[in-house]
Amino acid sequence: MDLAVKHNTSVEASAFYVTDEHHAEGGSTMLGFWIYLMSDCLIFAVLFATYGVLGANYAAGPSPRDLFDLRLVAVNTSMLLLSSITYGFAMLAMAKGRVGAMQGWLVATALFGLAFIGIELTEFAHMIHEGATPQRSAFLSSFFALVGTHGLHVTFGLIWLSTLMVQVARHGLIPANMRRLTCLSMFWHFLDVIWIGVFTFVYLMGMLR
Amino acid sequence: MSANAHAGHDSHSHSHTDDHAHGSLRSYMVGFWLSVILTAIPFYLVMSGVIENKQLTSIVIMAFAAAQIIVHMICFLHMNAKSESGWTLMALLFTIIIVVITLSGSLWVMYHLNANMMAGHDMSQLP
Repeated sequence: MDLAVKHNTSVEASAFYVTDEHHAEGGSTMLGFWIYLMSDCLIFAVLFATYGVLGANYAAGPSPRDLFDLRLVAVNTSMLLLSSITYGFAMLAMAKGRVGAMQGWLVATALFGLAFIGIELTEFAHMIHEGATPQRSAFLSSFFALVGTHGLHVTFGLIWLSTLMVQVARHGLIPANMRRLTCLSMFWHFLDVIWIGVFTFVYLMGMLR
Repeated sequence: MSANAHAGHDSHSHSHTDDHAHGSLRSYMVGFWLSVILTAIPFYLVMSGVIENKQLTSIVIMAFAAAQIIVHMICFLHMNAKSESGWTLMALLFTIIIVVITLSGSLWVMYHLNANMMAGHDMSQLP
């Protein structure tokens, strides 16, 4: 009996102790970053749900039809899509080890991203100038919360992008930098995915109301 | 020996991430042009108002958005069932379930709340 118990515990102990478990440095970064993106996705889901619930409460204020200019949104959408593809080209250049080409594509990405932010801020400024501030109605509160959060993400993506460009210029394409660039690529494409939801759910469906 | 095994593992894991972390020029171009088409059509539908029925238009543009999200996931984010031995897909599926519950649940509950709290809705029947 005693022997059997002893035997059991030793078997269990050996099951937990795996000697050849070895992870290369940063080997789990991609999965971890993916899980961060998924949690970010939940933040946006909650903001979308809030907008979905409150989006029609105008409080006798302006409605999407009065405020949105779909041509501007179309330009903005193309800016973000173009920045996505230029980032893709940067990743391809990185895989080939061509630092110059990669930095060039990253600059293009940053410019398209800046154009996106610029157009969005112009739109916000125009709306606020017309009195459509976040305080005006529940629709506008939820609109600014959702679109503003996306814009903030893009802004932080741009800061991260410029930081990485400096890093690459200083240290070259070391494994750590390649890992960071891959993370940022996931972040950037993820923001484009969220924008698909924004322009469909907020702008296009807002115009249909 | 151990260093050897390490190096072997390292180079393997590296080529492994290379495979789907960066994709190919073809996948990026396919993804880009599909996205352009899948973006242009809903914008055209709404801006021109080709479809009279607004509800039908919303369903169509939401279908286009869903299709474009899938295109982005596969062509730009290089999702597949194999990366990280399926864990990225697992995390994604879990997130999709939570997102669907959050969105449909909030809209459903709050719609009914609004409908039932509407003034004059059924006031004459109240005691």
